[in-house]
Amino acid sequence: MRFINQMKLEFLSIPANVAFARVAVAAFASQIDYTLPDLEEIKVAVSEAVGNSIIHGYGNAPDRVVKVHAALTMDTLEIMVEDEGIGIEDIDKALEPAFSTDDERLGLGFMFMHSFMDSLQVDSAPGRGTVVKMSKRTGTGVTRIGTEQ
Amino acid sequence: MRLDLELIQDTLIVRLSGDLDLGVADYLRDVLEDSLDRQPVKNLVFNLAGVSFVDSSVLGVLLGRYKRISRNGGKVCVVKPQPQVHRILELSGLLRIMAEFPGETDALENIG
Ligand SMILES: Nc1ncnc2c1ncn2[C@@H]1O[C@H](COP(=O)(O)OP(=O)(O)O)[C@@H](O)[C@H]1O
Ligand SMILES: [Mg+2]
Repeated sequence: MRFINQMKLEFLSIPANVAFARVAVAAFASQIDYTLPDLEEIKVAVSEAVGNSIIHGYGNAPDRVVKVHAALTMDTLEIMVEDEGIGIEDIDKALEPAFSTDDERLGLGFMFMHSFMDSLQVDSAPGRGTVVKMSKRTGTGVTRIGTEQ
Repeated sequence: MRLDLELIQDTLIVRLSGDLDLGVADYLRDVLEDSLDRQPVKNLVFNLAGVSFVDSSVLGVLLGRYKRISRNGGKVCVVKPQPQVHRILELSGLLRIMAEFPGETDALENIG
């Protein structure tokens, strides 16, 4: 897979950065041919993953670091959201819709990531943090970046 | 996010706009709980016409208020979510428990 662009963000685990991360990734992704609804879906997926790192991974501690890495090929966005938090004990269970370890929450974060992206992969272990990898193709596969108008 | 509350008889209209995510979820929950504690509210109308983004943190806040209101025999509905917000509400199942109306007037007529 040949990347035409890559970027990395590192920011503190504070809730205001959820908006920062999704807007930054969507702006980055818009370099290839996504539709506006595609970009909205990417924003939801990023919000869910980054929100999870803050709430679950770091238990809302505001002084930890969340990393977001994004890369573009001509027709695909790959995103990696990474924390060094508590990790997930049972990944299959965590991925089930409506499963949450917090009664106040709906347990739909992974369901949204799964529905809105083409692939979702979770690497995690208790005490070892969590890495969520997602990718999404553009509908047409046609790109404007680097081509003549 | 912007938030505006208006009590019309026993229905609380909650007008929201902007991006609703984890960054505002706690604040939104606190304001709504405070408002429901302070005055007699039977029904809730969430006017989402101005909302450009929601994630699951905020859906949790909406569902929590739904539980409180429906426990007391009230109804909760939503007004005019934009397409991307509508999609999220639908996927989450919230539209199966909260009716959707094109405007506040329709909502008020149908809820009372
Ligand atoms: N980054 C993370 N670190 C630790 N646990 C996580 C992380 N992301 C998700 N989880 C676990 O997976 C569960 C399901 O996540 P999700 O589908 O987003 O639902 P919710 O956030 O509403 O609980 C969470 O309740 C939590 O236990
Ligand atoms: Mg979540």
